[in-house]
Amino acid sequence: MSQYRLNYLEQLEAESIHIFREIAAQFERPALLFSGGKDSITMVHLAKKAFAPGKIPFPLVHIDTGHNFPEALEFRDWLANEVGATLIVRKVEDTIKQRNLTEPKGKFPSRNWLQTYTLLDTIEEFKFDCCIGGARRDEEKARAKERIFSVRDEFGQWNPKLQRPELWNIYNGRIHKGENVRVFPISNWTELDIWNYIRAENIDLPSIYFAHEREVVVHEGQLVALSEYVKLDAEDKVITKKVRYRTVGDMTCTAAVESNANTLDEVINEITSTKISERGETRIDDKVTEAAMEDRKKNGYF
Amino acid sequence: MDLLRFITAGSVDDGKSTLIGRLLYDSKNILIDQLEQLEKSTKNKENGEVDLALLTDGLRAEREQGITIDVAYRYFTTPKRKFIIADAPGHVQYTRNMITGASNANLIIILIDARQGVVEQTRRHSIIASLLKIPHVVVAINKMDLVNYSQDVYNNIVIDYAEVAKSLGLKDVTYIPISALKGDNIVDKSETIRWYDGKALLQHLEEVEVDTDVNLDNSRFQVQYVIRPQTEDLHDYRGYAGKIISGIYKKGDKVTVLPASIETTISKLEIGGKEVGEVFAPQSATIQLADDIDISRGDSIVRSTDIPQTNNEVEVLMCWLDDKPLQTGNKYYLQHNSRLVRSVVRNIEYKLDVNTLQKEAVEGNVKLNEVVKATIKTASPLVFDAYQHISGNGSAILVDETSNSTVAAVLFQ
Repeated sequence: MSQYRLNYLEQLEAESIHIFREIAAQFERPALLFSGGKDSITMVHLAKKAFAPGKIPFPLVHIDTGHNFPEALEFRDWLANEVGATLIVRKVEDTIKQRNLTEPKGKFPSRNWLQTYTLLDTIEEFKFDCCIGGARRDEEKARAKERIFSVRDEFGQWNPKLQRPELWNIYNGRIHKGENVRVFPISNWTELDIWNYIRAENIDLPSIYFAHEREVVVHEGQLVALSEYVKLDAEDKVITKKVRYRTVGDMTCTAAVESNANTLDEVINEITSTKISERGETRIDDKVTEAAMEDRKKNGYF
Repeated sequence: MDLLRFITAGSVDDGKSTLIGRLLYDSKNILIDQLEQLEKSTKNKENGEVDLALLTDGLRAEREQGITIDVAYRYFTTPKRKFIIADAPGHVQYTRNMITGASNANLIIILIDARQGVVEQTRRHSIIASLLKIPHVVVAINKMDLVNYSQDVYNNIVIDYAEVAKSLGLKDVTYIPISALKGDNIVDKSETIRWYDGKALLQHLEEVEVDTDVNLDNSRFQVQYVIRPQTEDLHDYRGYAGKIISGIYKKGDKVTVLPASIETTISKLEIGGKEVGEVFAPQSATIQLADDIDISRGDSIVRSTDIPQTNNEVEVLMCWLDDKPLQTGNKYYLQHNSRLVRSVVRNIEYKLDVNTLQKEAVEGNVKLNEVVKATIKTASPLVFDAYQHISGNGSAILVDETSNSTVAAVLFQ
């Protein structure tokens, strides 16, 4: 075996670092969209490596739905401080008031859809020409066809039929005024790659990714955390279970999984043996229609 | 565990989607909820089997129109390797999609329908594979179940294809008789095709040697970004960040900065902020130099013993990718990795018929999917190698100055 050989995680890392450097060089005002989940935490780690010993040359932007896990927010603030990055937080709550939007109704009122408004307002406020997202192509079929550099029009819309061919490792980020580019540096990573990389690099994660006791209700077979945002019915039974999160989104649309995994090794073991995909297991909002993601992307959602 | 990127090429009815579906399904990379989705979508349930082709079914926009928009990427892993599949559809825009999907591939699977044998499409896929220098070729002779698993049929196709491979100079060609529908020789060796003594497709994909695909002999590096922290403790730090295109760089190497042609020495090498003694392709690294030289994005740093060409005129093979034809005389941006220069296309010598390799006269403008031989003149010099020699330093794109679209794939000759 040659000593000049990279394993698959090293190859993925090299590719992502290359993408981060293209972003910093090609755009005037890029921003990293930070959700607080493991994918965006991994992106911050990669960005840190891409520009070391310098600081990350763009801000972290968090579009705060107001429905976040407190553990994730605490971690967000700690991480931004740790890497010395500027943190910009814009709240969906404020957009709802300013624009007189209608709050979603229902048992699990998801502000996922409303995030798009806040995001587009934030892009305009700071004149961002590039937003870096943590989407992976293995997540969902609308993403399987998206480029690494994905051009959006002035309405933030994605047009799957008008994508630029993306050849070799050459990324064309040229845009007209008012347009912006969404760049996805971890497009080629799978969920398991992310976990293996987190283990290999010893990356810190919020505590909710590991098993803990939590009060939950069972909804269509999924465990939803009890919070002020979830409206309980009379027949809902609140139970305490040992759970962890596989993805971290809003408290209203992310389900927990039963788990005893306290370490990264144990989490990876559980994921390797699971028979359900990440989105299928933990996203409550994707079940609505099969094309849910495609619709949201076309409207400017990440 | 390493990584293999491959592309599947086949015409519409060759069973490409079924093959990819079968690889994902039989290698247990399909999970329960995805399978439920699949069962729900399967229209034809008569034979009780799920329609594996639906696994690669794309966007609603495509389903509604019964078309495939363009390249989709799929992922699967076995204990031996991680695989990235570029799934390019076969129809009108095929050349463009295939070149896009093939540009990063280590391997191409060319599907042949056993009933049809080598057809025009097969030749076209093979020509593109040879133009793009894809290192490994698998000829998967599919639908063997429909020719009674006949060894004669298989042998005749192998003889026919060997001619094609020879004429194109394709080197590593492997032939596998398969049935994607029945699962013969996909993940496990077929019980039915006993006369075949080679490997099943997945085993071949897991074992094909890809280490040697990386060029470690010629050192090529282009500056992507200059890291200048300008903090108190690092105020003199200047790191040239970029991906090693090919070769190896060591601390102390004598290097030349191009196109300025200034010689200096590597004083420090870093990966992700950690100092290392050497770096190699395809790592993303940071190089520090002994002398203070004016270096910016797009400049090349190469070992002084092995210098690439520097020229503002380059002969190219170019595939046009845009609906809007080439306007001769118009200026286009040429992007060669991180180097962006203005350019103009001159002297279009001939058009290459990608079905026959015949050179034809060019009448009128160069249109979508056409491959032409031409000369490109650039406003400032390029530092490059021939694509056939070092593909990573021999490829570029053209960008329309007014629409900002990527309009051509360019291979330096």
